[in-house]
Amino acid sequence: MARKQTVRGRVSKPGPALQHGKYLFIVAFLLLPVGIYGLFVVSPYVQAIFISMTDWTGLTASQKWVGFDNYVKLFADEQFLVALKNNAILLVVVPAVTVLLGLFFASMLNVGRRGKSGVEGVRGSSVYKIVYFFPQVLSVAIVGVLFKYVFAPTEAGGILNGFLRAIGLDSIALPWLGDPNFAFWCVVLVMIWSFVGFYVVLFSAAMQSIPKDIYEAALLDGANRFTTFRHVTLPLVWDTVQVGWVYLAIQAMDAFAFVHIMLGISGGPSRAGDVLGVALYRSAFNDYRFGYASALGVVLLVLTLIVAVLFLRVARRERVELS
Amino acid sequence: MTTTVERPVDTDPAPRRRTGAGAGTGALNLLNGGFLLFWGLLTVLPLLWAVVSSFKTNTEFLSDPWGLPAVARFENFARAWTVANIGQYFVNSVIVVAISVPLTMLFGAMAAYVLSRYTFPGNRAIYFLFVGGMIFPVFLALVPLFFVVRNLGTIPVIGEFLGLNSLISLALVYVAFSMPFTVFFLTAFFRTQPTSIAEAAIVDGCSHFGLFFRVMLPMAKPGLISIGLFNVLGHWNQYVLPVVLMNEPDKKVLAQGLASLAISQGYRGDWTALFAGLVIALLPVLIVYILFQKQVQAGLTAGVLK
Repeated sequence: MARKQTVRGRVSKPGPALQHGKYLFIVAFLLLPVGIYGLFVVSPYVQAIFISMTDWTGLTASQKWVGFDNYVKLFADEQFLVALKNNAILLVVVPAVTVLLGLFFASMLNVGRRGKSGVEGVRGSSVYKIVYFFPQVLSVAIVGVLFKYVFAPTEAGGILNGFLRAIGLDSIALPWLGDPNFAFWCVVLVMIWSFVGFYVVLFSAAMQSIPKDIYEAALLDGANRFTTFRHVTLPLVWDTVQVGWVYLAIQAMDAFAFVHIMLGISGGPSRAGDVLGVALYRSAFNDYRFGYASALGVVLLVLTLIVAVLFLRVARRERVELS
Repeated sequence: MTTTVERPVDTDPAPRRRTGAGAGTGALNLLNGGFLLFWGLLTVLPLLWAVVSSFKTNTEFLSDPWGLPAVARFENFARAWTVANIGQYFVNSVIVVAISVPLTMLFGAMAAYVLSRYTFPGNRAIYFLFVGGMIFPVFLALVPLFFVVRNLGTIPVIGEFLGLNSLISLALVYVAFSMPFTVFFLTAFFRTQPTSIAEAAIVDGCSHFGLFFRVMLPMAKPGLISIGLFNVLGHWNQYVLPVVLMNEPDKKVLAQGLASLAISQGYRGDWTALFAGLVIALLPVLIVYILFQKQVQAGLTAGVLK
């Protein structure tokens, strides 16, 4: 038994017969995975940092070293600041709303019903869990195309405006994706729409592992739903919420497909819905400013790293252990 | 994973009445049900609208967005498949995923196995090199990746099969970008496998290779299924990599082809063919999901929980 313990995680010392040929085996098994990863992932990342310090346009073989020029230009570029602001909005709004809705629906599905037999999930909760998860399995591209048409003007078949007109709200049947004030927020809504289901399922799994007698005790003490949620459910799923939050923040930083499809390569009307991913793609493959685009990529990386570290630090709380 | 929430019907409800279950309980339960139903409809209605629209004529689509089509126009699907090139995109996606997923699983399992079961200098470094890739945004790599893939196309002999607009190189790029998470997940999985069986196999004269292919890989089946489903969906739905690497019209993959169709179709006005294409793209995924929903949910959420 004691041996098992030490073996876990660490590697057991193979016998002398196995020592023979061990290194050959290790090299044989690592060669292709590391090779392909190095070629297509590691080397581009390293090159990107180098390219970001050049003025490369892709047309010339030689590239001039310009140091931090691209970064200086970047922060003087108003369009970059628009994209940066939008990414900041995504970073705050999308995780906040998604986690709140996810927790709300998950707590209803799993512990939302108070009846004769104590606290339980609502009827049909397993069906809801299947349905809510639909957007998660669909390609972001499909979701983007679908909602491009949901928000389209009525004469292009837009169903939202069709619905608003049908119930007599003609005045708010706006050209959603064509309006600089709303275009980006439509994208935000669609992102939330497509993310919520996943977090409902994730939080549900965590809530299912809470013993039911804790709820019985809370009920006996006369705790209402909100108190029960605040003091029983939330602390016990906090670990999952925290991890989900970081994951969402990273997911929200990449709004490329949504914006590219729903608003186009320029980021929508007046470029108001621009995000960093789209700005990078545009600078590189439309304007051929590869150095500038790579500098944008480095900024995106730094932001992602900061977000990951920050969220993990801030969100960390005492872990509640169920014995 | 999910346990049943239903409880056996209580034969004698009186003693189980709780203080918390007062007068407002019924109303609140109803309200909760209402919210849940609302979100359910919000999820399903856009998808249903797409399916219904795909059977309409373009006139019906514009004049009566909510109604059912007078006749189910299956020819929309034929038009989408051939005229709008969805058929070609579909085949391309199938080819890419058929290459990329098995390779990802094989390479991922090989690397994870060695990293989790063997001590050698540099083990940790290689592990962190892989796992570190999880946090790096793919966008940073896009520009150099484009040139790396383009340059591969100039290599004599093998260059013919690689380079930009090659389904094989797209598949290899998918493999590379799936390594971090696959290795991370499978390393954790291999570590939980008992060592006693491996030791027994070695005593029986099994080689390192035999041990991996005949003992460890079959034992890792549940983990391989979870991560396999994760990768199938991820590769099938990938958007940004093909947008950068595949720009010839016949080489596009489904998600990308559909998006570019949505942009061009706005001018041509054949909406129902576009929606038929949308349905062709979403139905297979939804069907796979509904058939394997437990495994898919477990596979995808495990990604966050591990």
